[in-house]
Amino acid sequence: MTMLDLTIAEALDALAAKRISAVELTEAHIGAVEALNPRLNAFITTTPDIARDRAKAADAARAAGNAPALAGIPLAIKDLFCTEGVRTTAASKILAPFIPPYESTVTARLKAAGSVMLGKANLDEFAMGSSNITSGFGPVENPWQRADGAKLVPGGSSGGSASAVAARIALGATGTDTGGSIRQPASFCGIAGIKPTYGRCSRFGIVAFASSLDQAGSMARTVEDCAILLGAMSGFDEKDSTSADRPVPDFRAACARGVKGLRIGIPAEYRVDGMAPEIEKLWQSGIDWLKRAGADIIDVSLPHTQYGLPVYYIVAPAEASSNLARYDGVRFGARVDGEDLIDLYERTRAAGFGAEVKRRVMIGTYVLSAGYYDAYYLRAQKVRALILRDFTEAFAKIDALLTPTAPSAAFAIGEKMDDPVTMYLNDVFTVPASLAGVPAMSIPAGQDARGLPLGLQVIGRHFDEETVFAVSSAIERAAGFTALPGLRAGATP
Amino acid sequence: MSYTIGGETGPWELVIGLEVHAQIISKSKLFSGAATEFGAEPNSQVSFIDAGFPGMLPVINRECVAQAVRTGLGLDARINLISRFDRKNYFYADLPQGYQISQYDQPIVGAGTVEIELESGETRSIGITRLHLEQDAGKSMHDQHASKSFVDLNRSGVALMEIVSEPDMRNPEEAGAYLRKLRTILRYLGTCDGNMDEGSMRADVNVSVRKPGEAFRTRCEVKNVNSIRFVMQAVETEARRQIEVWESGGVVEQETRLFDPARGVTRSMRSKEDAHDYRYFPEPDLLPLVLDETWVAALKNDLPELPDAKRARLVRDFGISAYESAIFVMERATADFFETVAKGRDAKLVANWMLGDFFAALNRTGRNIEDSPVSAKNLGALLDLISDATINGKIAKEVFEIMVETGDTPGAIIEARGLRQVTDTGAIDTAIDRVLAANADKVAEYKSGKEKLFGFFVGQVMKAMAGKGNPALVNEALKTKLG
Amino acid sequence: MSLDPAMVRRIAKLARIRLADDEVPRLQGELNAILGYVEQLAAVDVDGVAPLTGGAQMTMRMREDRVTDGGIPDHVLANAPDRIGDFFAVPKVVE
Ligand SMILES: [Mg+2]
Ligand SMILES: [Zn+2]
Repeated sequence: MTMLDLTIAEALDALAAKRISAVELTEAHIGAVEALNPRLNAFITTTPDIARDRAKAADAARAAGNAPALAGIPLAIKDLFCTEGVRTTAASKILAPFIPPYESTVTARLKAAGSVMLGKANLDEFAMGSSNITSGFGPVENPWQRADGAKLVPGGSSGGSASAVAARIALGATGTDTGGSIRQPASFCGIAGIKPTYGRCSRFGIVAFASSLDQAGSMARTVEDCAILLGAMSGFDEKDSTSADRPVPDFRAACARGVKGLRIGIPAEYRVDGMAPEIEKLWQSGIDWLKRAGADIIDVSLPHTQYGLPVYYIVAPAEASSNLARYDGVRFGARVDGEDLIDLYERTRAAGFGAEVKRRVMIGTYVLSAGYYDAYYLRAQKVRALILRDFTEAFAKIDALLTPTAPSAAFAIGEKMDDPVTMYLNDVFTVPASLAGVPAMSIPAGQDARGLPLGLQVIGRHFDEETVFAVSSAIERAAGFTALPGLRAGATP
Repeated sequence: MSYTIGGETGPWELVIGLEVHAQIISKSKLFSGAATEFGAEPNSQVSFIDAGFPGMLPVINRECVAQAVRTGLGLDARINLISRFDRKNYFYADLPQGYQISQYDQPIVGAGTVEIELESGETRSIGITRLHLEQDAGKSMHDQHASKSFVDLNRSGVALMEIVSEPDMRNPEEAGAYLRKLRTILRYLGTCDGNMDEGSMRADVNVSVRKPGEAFRTRCEVKNVNSIRFVMQAVETEARRQIEVWESGGVVEQETRLFDPARGVTRSMRSKEDAHDYRYFPEPDLLPLVLDETWVAALKNDLPELPDAKRARLVRDFGISAYESAIFVMERATADFFETVAKGRDAKLVANWMLGDFFAALNRTGRNIEDSPVSAKNLGALLDLISDATINGKIAKEVFEIMVETGDTPGAIIEARGLRQVTDTGAIDTAIDRVLAANADKVAEYKSGKEKLFGFFVGQVMKAMAGKGNPALVNEALKTKLG
Repeated sequence: MSLDPAMVRRIAKLARIRLADDEVPRLQGELNAILGYVEQLAAVDVDGVAPLTGGAQMTMRMREDRVTDGGIPDHVLANAPDRIGDFFAVPKVVE
């Protein structure tokens, strides 16, 4: 076991006890990034100089007795968070030259908490994807390996974050989740990840994909680590009108609460046709574990579940088509010159956006256009209201829901790519919570027949992340997931 | 007799509706903390929000909302306690986000009315459809460079009220009167400075024509007309164009046009027609705007007296004519000036002075009432000096001109120049005796019945007294002496 | 509802994305597959349901009217692909 295998909680103890220094911990990670990133492509941009500076500052603060909460903890920052003076691309060629003159609220908080930024993690272009193959900077590889040797996707869109944390080249990472972009890659990479309640983390300075769904969250190797990170990321921000003005509870403490007496709902509609038997089995294990830990298991119905994905594939592209209109080659980013302004726009956007982004921008443009708005967008918003109502009614009877995170384990690059809809089905279990704005977490809970990790998802009430952490911790303890990916720092030849 | 334009096929009626974009008076922008002042260095009043940078989010300015509510109240309109923001999507160089945040189907202010008065003295009521909040775009300059347009985003994000009228106007005069009245109301409320030169008020003019008794025909929108005079010209020009199209067997296409005042024509704005589908949808970065009823009530309480009410009150309280009152209330500062001077004085005299010498002086010196060289206090003091017979009316006019030039108080001017009126009857008698002696022939004529010579004697006496004689005393003494 | 090639081009025009001719059939197929998939929403009874427009269940806070931003033209212009003086520059627009 090396420094790279520490959890954040353990690293904080070791730093506090001066068994290790932040500089040592950071250097170990910088070395691991240098060794593994050429293979994994988990980072678009690495920032070793910034990391070293912050590590030194963390050690100095600790020596002075005023170390902030995350002093010296090396993190991967999804390249959707704007970072002042550090290139921020959203994995799009159109932002390849963009250096923000400002910092996102979440990364500003993490910086103030003394954490160490190792670099900007790869993702699906503008966070649109479930496999990381849509990145304009090349796909990310999942550090888990299959016997057939095929390169696996890490999931998406926070695939670089998940891959980096699983491969032990970062202790934790930020992610963003619009329809499952934290939970699905966490599940694919065998780590934990939480999408908190919409409004818990500020969206200020996060490159927008779908504003009514986008939410930042934390990814780490344990539930407790996710809680520690989320605590530092969360809180009211007057620069985001959708940010919730309410206190941030002690998430870490909630992890130890236990589940005795909690009512856990099992939604019938998540038992979809053709679900892999091993996923079904894992789900049953989760139910048994929670029962044994003292929870009451209650069957519930979320009748509009099946409509989650179609709603999502109208609402998210609609908002995206508008959010991405600003990438026009005039004020920042890449430009392709044209003979007039319209020509410049069309060439710039044709060259700057990848295929998936173009598809979604076009779908979004269509569903908002005159004559189609009512049939698509307005109807989708109404069904979205019904999905929220399903959750509200269920939460009158239960405290949290337990479901699988994704319908399969990680697949190989090239698989499931016949058409966009097949790929979209990856998000079938994660999308409803995004539409309702409720918190949801994926916990590594088992492996499929080929040894690939599988996750379970815990969904809670609005602003009740504490129960989500309590239930997730109970699952984590019972599952005893200790398997390690083949590609990881210190393990590669 | 209603207004029509005669065509080859007979008379045509005009149907006019106006969409006025009024820039809200506020220190900072609608959704960002950047300043709003006019005329700043390019891109110096721009936040990353106004420039549409990645990850930037709008946060609404309470004062801009208050200004919209005040305006709604001033237009006698319904205030919607729940309203929403929407995105209006289109691409343009000075629209950084690729959309304008506006209000589409749930505006902050609903139906209201504006009373206008026409030259004939007739009044008409023009319906207000709605008022909504939205952000302004930046500014493109096309004449700075041979092959490029320049973009300045200082105006991007400045708060606008779009005030939409019903198609209730029927001729250019009504359109002009409506705009003038609207401008006056906004200025009273302090919600928009109404400065059309600086673009703080712009009008989109919707015009259609029809045969009397017909339903509405297709309208065209003439965009961004920036003076009241041009609005009136644009209405007429566009109406005549449409009449010609109809009468030559053509069909008027609904489109956006531009008015070219230099050439006196409107022309189609092709750039706007292309891909004309705004794809409005609810702005997901903002929440519904919910107004507190007591807050709205407090804003209503604090509303200033508006022009119509003020006009009636000035007539009632000061006994001036409706016409005089209408002129004073056009600008709140003018009405305030009048009231300050008229309080406790002969209001009729104050009105005469203001409408006469005072306005003439402002005109001549190119000043407005706010920076008038003669303050309300000094004008009042001047009138007091007339009333207490310190000076007579003729000298007062002289003193006033000196006040315009120097800004001095009338008292100081009179003392310094010895202009005090002579009421000493001895001095008056002496002057009269001298005048009568020098004009014995005229005295004879007067006495033989040519009574209109009386004025001549008054003039001569006043002249002899350097204008300072008390006119009443001079008259009285002359009458006595001439028997 | 199914998109024909003309509609695909119209959408691309609205979205300001230049399409090569050979991209149209592929996109037509992909977009129609997505639209076909979301078509199932037509089966949901949404009578009397108010649309849910946002993720947050709150009302809007308002900011005080203070100048707290701006005065940073160099930062605003730092990423500009074409900057002339303190302006963003684009190909000349004819109105
Ligand atoms: Mg208009
Ligand atoms: Zn407007």
